Amino acid sequence: MLTIGLTHYLVVAAILFTLGVAGIILNRKNIIVILMSIELILLSVNLNFVAFSQSLSDLTGQVFALFVLTVAAAEAAIGLAILVAFYRNRGTISVEDINSLKG
Amino acid sequence: MQAVFFYLFATSMIASAGVVIFARNPVHSVLFLILAFCNGAGLFLLAGAEFLAMILIVVYVGAVAVLFLFVVMMLDVDFAQLKQGFIKYLPIGVAVGVVVLAELGMVAIGWSSAPSAPDAVANPIIPQMSNTAALGQILYTKYVIFFQASALVLLTAMIGAIVLTLHHKPSVKRQKIAEQNARTRENVIEIKKVPFRTGV
Repeated sequence: MLTIGLTHYLVVAAILFTLGVAGIILNRKNIIVILMSIELILLSVNLNFVAFSQSLSDLTGQVFALFVLTVAAAEAAIGLAILVAFYRNRGTISVEDINSLKG
Repeated sequence: MQAVFFYLFATSMIASAGVVIFARNPVHSVLFLILAFCNGAGLFLLAGAEFLAMILIVVYVGAVAVLFLFVVMMLDVDFAQLKQGFIKYLPIGVAVGVVVLAELGMVAIGWSSAPSAPDAVANPIIPQMSNTAALGQILYTKYVIFFQASALVLLTAMIGAIVLTLHHKPSVKRQKIAEQNARTRENVIEIKKVPFRTGV
């Protein structure tokens, strides 16, 4: 209990991942909170990478976490830009109103 | 000592992640997202990834979270109305959460690593070298293609975000250099012979 090993990190990352997935389902209408939940999921994935990197004493996990961070930043920027453009056109950000492509 | 800080960071990260999901006001969600990222950086520090911890603070707290805060405050949205389906989705959300947590918990507790895993280490951590120097030494040599590819991803995201949000107001007059350069003497100047004492 008092020596922190890989399993501790894995459990914390699992709880964080679950909170992110539950957040996507619970806040079905609020797309901003959905984007934040995706960020939480990516953070938990990064935590796993770093924990394994430490436990195997291999730097590759940290390099990969760096690339995940890059993609997460790009995704947040694009997602928020789409959100702003959508709000400008329609005056709402409710996910239920985003159904123009349904046909 | 390390255990104390681990449990401190882990509990406050999970608690603030819960507030992100359950908060009524999205501004509170963003602020607790920042707190979760700071605690995540603390966990990275405990795991020996100092460079990633600092990058997490700079990139996530400094850029991404502030971007979120900016968008939340810029959009004038009725957030009470967006919160309406929360109770309806609560059972299915909790159900999916419990299932995912059970699966991940089983994996996290019941895992075992392959006996050949320690021999397959690609980039061993050298204790004499600082984390940043070690990362730089493999990032710019072994992973330079991936480094360039991630730079391209960021460039694409930047251009995409600008193209999506930039809009020209028709009321604002702008200088059009191509149009100015395309003017020739023939289609701009018209020479009129004005007869004496009659006018044009």
